[in-house]
Amino acid sequence: MDWGSLQAVLGGVNKHSTSIGKIWLTVLFIFRIMILVVAAERVWGDEQQDFVCNTLQPGCRNVCYDHFFPISHIRLWALQLIFVSTPALLVAMHVAYTRHEKKRRFRNGEKIDIEELKNEKMHIRGPLWWTYTSSIFFRIVFEAVFMYVFYYMYDGYQMPRLVKCSAWPCPNTVDCFVSRPTEKTTFTIFMLAVSGICMMLNLAELCYLVIKICMKESRKTT
Amino acid sequence: MSWGFLRDLLSGVNKYSTGIGRIWVAVVFMFRLLVYIVAAENIWKYEHDEFECNIKQPGCENVCFDHFFPISHIRLWALQLIMVSTPSLLVVFHVAYRENREKHHNQQLYRSPGKIDGGLLCTYLISLILKIAFEIVFLVLFYKLYNGFKVPRLMKCDIRPCPNTVDCFISKPTEKMIFLCFLVVTSCLCIVLNLSELTYLIFKYSIK
Repeated sequence: MDWGSLQAVLGGVNKHSTSIGKIWLTVLFIFRIMILVVAAERVWGDEQQDFVCNTLQPGCRNVCYDHFFPISHIRLWALQLIFVSTPALLVAMHVAYTRHEKKRRFRNGEKIDIEELKNEKMHIRGPLWWTYTSSIFFRIVFEAVFMYVFYYMYDGYQMPRLVKCSAWPCPNTVDCFVSRPTEKTTFTIFMLAVSGICMMLNLAELCYLVIKICMKESRKTT
Repeated sequence: MSWGFLRDLLSGVNKYSTGIGRIWVAVVFMFRLLVYIVAAENIWKYEHDEFECNIKQPGCENVCFDHFFPISHIRLWALQLIMVSTPSLLVVFHVAYRENREKHHNQQLYRSPGKIDGGLLCTYLISLILKIAFEIVFLVLFYKLYNGFKVPRLMKCDIRPCPNTVDCFISKPTEKMIFLCFLVVTSCLCIVLNLSELTYLIFKYSIK
């Protein structure tokens, strides 16, 4: 059970997405999940091991590391990706429920082609429109929340080279050096930029859906 | 979920490529992706641990390593592989759009949705230009960041908290240099393949 299972779930939802939704999914897989797995995890792999403090006091390094990195960037990104992908499950559940209802009607005697039902692409209208739009709204909210959490927790998006720590049991204010700060800052900014792009795509999709439904309504009334 | 995803993506693109395009995909798989995964990753695996400076001052090694390697070679290599493979998705999207349109109108609008003509030709040419641009950008980035493609054995560092100019030794410099040369050669080969494909397509369709 790993990122591949997320790919399996979201791949199913892809069929019923708009074009912008499909682009969003591609960006998510290639520029976020893949980068996280093949590059970012390696950069942060030795973060505690290579966190060095200018003291021999046992425990000081551990305590300082824990103070400056309450949750590692990598874990926050993993959580962000999971939360941002989860609203798509609402759509998957809605589609599954609709199919279940159709199958029930088939069993009650109505004529429906079962094979066609399995592969049918559901159009985004009616109750599915509301589910889909809510899922996009939640995605935007989760993206914004995590971007803010990053900013708040790490005082901006830059990884410092040196942090000064005076938590017990450090005997005085000691210099602690973070490993690979420049590389970490680069990847943080990269992931932030891609989050921003994903948010823009979600906003565009939301606007597109709202405009589409408004135009449909105005065509109905004229 | 890792490089297998990229492999599946490129296999999907292969269907809509020209002959030269398929050679490009094969070169990327065998000489770049495979070499990266089975060889290069392991060379750079312990780069930070094995980076040694002639000093006991805590923090000096960290700071010197960060100064000489703002972004590790291996990360740049991975980013290059991902960015260079991505423009092919434009073609996949365009073909999917064509197939969708045909389904929506319930009639055959194109001779074959996957055939490279009309709008799809433009998309294909754009994807080739983007691939070439990304290759060149990354080669220039490598060159500028590391002052050429050499990996020195010894570097001198005097950044705080190092108390004076210290000697720092990089692990496996020769092996790293060999693989970097390999990376440059395969990038150049891919640029040549992309340029020939571009020329071939422009020539073919201007004759038509």
